[in-house]
Amino acid sequence: MSAPVYISGTGVITAIGNDTATNLDALRSGSAGMGPIRWLETRHQGQLPVAEVKSSNEMLAEKAGLPAHFSRTSLLSTIAAKEALQNAGIPDLEKWRTGFLSANTVGGMDKTENFYPAFLQNPAAGRLREVVHHECGAATEITADALGIQHYVTTISTACSSSANSIFFAARMIRQGLLDIAVAGGVDALTRFTLNGFNTLMILDSQFCQPFDENRRGLNLGEGAGYVVLVSEKVAATLANKPEVQLSGWCNANDAYHQTASSPDGTGSYLAMQGALKKSGLKPCDIDYINLHGTGTQNNDVAEGTAISKLFAEAYPPMSSTKSFTGHTLGASGGIEAVFSVLSIQQGLIYPNLRWETQMKELPFAPVTTLQEKKVEHVLSNSFGFGGNCSSLIFSRIN
Amino acid sequence: MYIRSAAAVSPQASFEALFTGAAGYQGEQLSCIEPDYTSYIDPKLIRRMSRIIKMGTAAAVESLKAAGLEQPDAIITGTAYGCLADTDAFLSRLVEFKEELLSPTAFIQSTHNTVAGQIALLLKCHRHNNTFVHKGFSFESALLEARTMMGENEITTALVGGVDEIIPASHALLRRFGLYRANGNSLRLVDEPAKGTMAGEGAAFFVLDAQPSGDSLARLDAVQTWYKPAAANVVAEGINALLAEQGIEWKDIDLIVTGRNGDAGDDTLYDLFKKDIPETSFKQYCGEYPTATAFGLWLTSHILHQQRVPGVEGLKPRRILLYNHYQQTHHAAYLLSAC
Repeated sequence: MSAPVYISGTGVITAIGNDTATNLDALRSGSAGMGPIRWLETRHQGQLPVAEVKSSNEMLAEKAGLPAHFSRTSLLSTIAAKEALQNAGIPDLEKWRTGFLSANTVGGMDKTENFYPAFLQNPAAGRLREVVHHECGAATEITADALGIQHYVTTISTACSSSANSIFFAARMIRQGLLDIAVAGGVDALTRFTLNGFNTLMILDSQFCQPFDENRRGLNLGEGAGYVVLVSEKVAATLANKPEVQLSGWCNANDAYHQTASSPDGTGSYLAMQGALKKSGLKPCDIDYINLHGTGTQNNDVAEGTAISKLFAEAYPPMSSTKSFTGHTLGASGGIEAVFSVLSIQQGLIYPNLRWETQMKELPFAPVTTLQEKKVEHVLSNSFGFGGNCSSLIFSRIN
Repeated sequence: MYIRSAAAVSPQASFEALFTGAAGYQGEQLSCIEPDYTSYIDPKLIRRMSRIIKMGTAAAVESLKAAGLEQPDAIITGTAYGCLADTDAFLSRLVEFKEELLSPTAFIQSTHNTVAGQIALLLKCHRHNNTFVHKGFSFESALLEARTMMGENEITTALVGGVDEIIPASHALLRRFGLYRANGNSLRLVDEPAKGTMAGEGAAFFVLDAQPSGDSLARLDAVQTWYKPAAANVVAEGINALLAEQGIEWKDIDLIVTGRNGDAGDDTLYDLFKKDIPETSFKQYCGEYPTATAFGLWLTSHILHQQRVPGVEGLKPRRILLYNHYQQTHHAAYLLSAC
């Protein structure tokens, strides 16, 4: 058995709250974050619901302690990562080797798309400060600099599974003795680029999404950031608040079926979940809760559901998609749902899959529809995406 | 970690061409010499692939072929800018048609993981698949992940690559930041330090092994990165520590390969290596871009394997230090040995 990696802090900002406590309140009370578009400037305002963080860039900038002209991605990232590090309460942070491992899919696209109209007219036009943070790595560095993290920084982008991958890369680095502490997860802000991209794929729901429902119509895009603080056993020993949760398993597999669509039998999803179970040494029946990828699209939910029905046929654990609260936050979803998975174990909660009405005909199980309070030992969290990228994480109570 | 094979689509035709006549470029940029893609990819697929996907896939397929490996245990890519042509196409249309009449094709192929995803699709490879997008650390992060996976016994082989492309829009933008000289001459780039460098691009892929095979090109002893080092001596001391960890001294290094790019400001940082050790550089062949170290590693691997150095007569290096920094922010050092 290799060295364990503990979770010592969480930070999250989504449409249902600006920090861990308010997200937890909304998960408990069943309050979804979708609504009409308010902050994103787009012609789809009034037509498509989204799950926006309920703050203007100016409000976020003040909270993050950064200039308001920085990309929304970097503002969201900094707010959640700061919370995670504060929540971890690590004394003498500077004496450890700390890394910031983030993930996103849009980078500073929210600013680039403001720059582009002038630039297309004249390549010498447009303010350069609008594109200087375009790259995915820029948001990561803004946050790392704000946090004073210098030992290691990186960014992953594998579409909707991005931040699950950053979390277990961080865990491996700690186990291999390359880092003592890692703030890991991801972020994405809503942009016209992604909203229109998903709209052309015709997988956006014009109503509030209904994951794992027979009559599901698609997904609602969301935005936010979610980070966990991973620490080595040595760091954990110095903490006043002993960590309760560890990252016990992970796997990244590829569906290798189609650039955007999942295979009907969910090959990639199956391999990711099976691999994570193998890594953790757990059996399917040990899992107390599955935090589904559950986007609400026809394709994802049937593929993910089919894979689950193959792997968990003996006894289906309770499961739900918290995207019914936060919308699909793309590169942030793995990080946000990692925070929710940790909270599930800490608080003994299984969250409801909101708005579920009708059983899917292909599946022999249904998601949980009301909040359940019970002891939770092991949570499986799924994140699947374009490019066939499928990743699963397992969080476990430390006994 | 061992490098079993290394293949590149770059502004140079081949490693051999660096001896018989390296390709030179005038102006602001170097461009890839693209192969006949039909020898690597099904022609039906080629039509739908953008240039960066073709370059990445061709280099990946070539490196697997050279290694005699059908399925790697992991596919890990690094790209700072991602699929620029498709991003530009979708964004331009979005602006031009005011969010109407858009088609999904460019959006689908604009995601940063498209190259790694397409390679998986081509190989029908269901194993680990990841893409790092961190500026001048994109490629080093991919290598580091392969190393941690080998350390965890999750894999024994990995296909790892670095890829970035220049498109007209990205070049029009980057030149406004004052990065490039107006009348560059690539083969003289490093010899005539001035303000600005020349832009480059390329794809370089490697098959990595946890264990040596009979035909390994080189052993990759260590890779280390430094983000925004507070002072020049941070990197110098870091490299000293790296050598010490490997139980060697500076005198054991036969050749230093640097990322000198001709920009006078950037290049002063390489002067810390003014030791009595032969030095060569690689950006006169590939230009400056965030994943240029992938080309540097390709060059270094072949130097160690073939025991000859472009531009340096008679040197047969057994141990090489490859050091690069990208815009003085992202520093990386690699230590390699001949097998």
